[in-house]
Amino acid sequence: MCTECGCGLGESKQAVPQPGAGDTAHGTAVPSTDHHGDEPHDHPHQPPHHHDHADSTLHDSDQSKRQIVELNRSLLTKNERIAERNRGFFRAKGVFVINVLSSPGSGKTTLIQQTALASSGRFRAGVIVGDLATDNDAARLRAANIPAVQVNTGTVCHLDAAMIEQACAKLDLDSIDLLIIENVGNLVCPAAYDLGENLRVVLLSVTEGEDKPLKYPPLFHSANVALITKSDLAAAAGWNRENAIANLRKISHHAVIFELSAKTGEGMSAWLDFLSSRVRPIR
Amino acid sequence: MHEVGLMQEAVRMALDYAASAGASRVHRLRLRVGAMSGVVPDALRFAFDVVCRGTPAEGAVLEIDHVPAVCWCSKCQSEFECEDFINECPKCHEISSELRRGTELDLASVEVS
Repeated sequence: MCTECGCGLGESKQAVPQPGAGDTAHGTAVPSTDHHGDEPHDHPHQPPHHHDHADSTLHDSDQSKRQIVELNRSLLTKNERIAERNRGFFRAKGVFVINVLSSPGSGKTTLIQQTALASSGRFRAGVIVGDLATDNDAARLRAANIPAVQVNTGTVCHLDAAMIEQACAKLDLDSIDLLIIENVGNLVCPAAYDLGENLRVVLLSVTEGEDKPLKYPPLFHSANVALITKSDLAAAAGWNRENAIANLRKISHHAVIFELSAKTGEGMSAWLDFLSSRVRPIR
Repeated sequence: MHEVGLMQEAVRMALDYAASAGASRVHRLRLRVGAMSGVVPDALRFAFDVVCRGTPAEGAVLEIDHVPAVCWCSKCQSEFECEDFINECPKCHEISSELRRGTELDLASVEVS
């Protein structure tokens, strides 16, 4: 019964579709929002009209027309679709793609620059760089003769597949074998966004602390490769290598681990050999 | 802080469904958020009201179902809930490499009229 005026309408509970109705419910939802349906009655239903339930300002009887529909759709569906399209496009172009993620200042740009330069005899690399603002990183890479496109995300804390799709239009993919995507420096948000990459590479610099993987598990969990960077500073930073690798193993259990310094070149050859072995088959 | 963008997507999906079903209002959204999704439910709630404003979903209720991270231990042949995101089996201490649940970020259902 209508609790406000006792008119006897609005008795029925919320309409819940039968199992399986989710996908076919498009035609069954009742579009009318008329109060008490089409049945006319002559008393007014004007405010004040207070309800105990906090969820709606509508009258109870309107609930009879409400439908709960199971959708079960990922909020990332749109991104995942574009990422898959990107992946197919890269494959057709014969380009191997890595998505490089880390916190700000852990050495992404230096690593990318040295990777691109040191591998120039074996394969050709191009770069898409994501930052909230400035063209600094791309300019730095271009100055080293590495094709680079800067994506400025504005206030957005991660790159998504659509940004990569757009950035690719500015890069000559036919002239490269490896596309390195430098994601926005952030250990949280980029984890959820597939860009269409073949490998996800996560950096952990020795100056950051050994427990970073434990603090940011979703991102480290998603890594295919974990690179411990700035190894030349390990002693000065009091780096506990054993502890760090144990932490990485706990969270990034699928990841291949490398330790290197892009600055001194220490450990770079193992990383480059690995990368080369992955890039070559796709060409 | 990508919760605002995700919430925008959830509300857009709900509004699209409402429009396709001939409904004019969205009353409720139920999300499923996994412990490993990297999303903070409070930030989603914060974004929800702002995102709904001025749309047919204004005033709607947001419900969030939390999904714990669950791993499979191949040695014990059983599932276990991961504490602190470390996928170590509490019985045999083997590290599991199979995360079965916990990355969900879904719009489970909508209530429309």
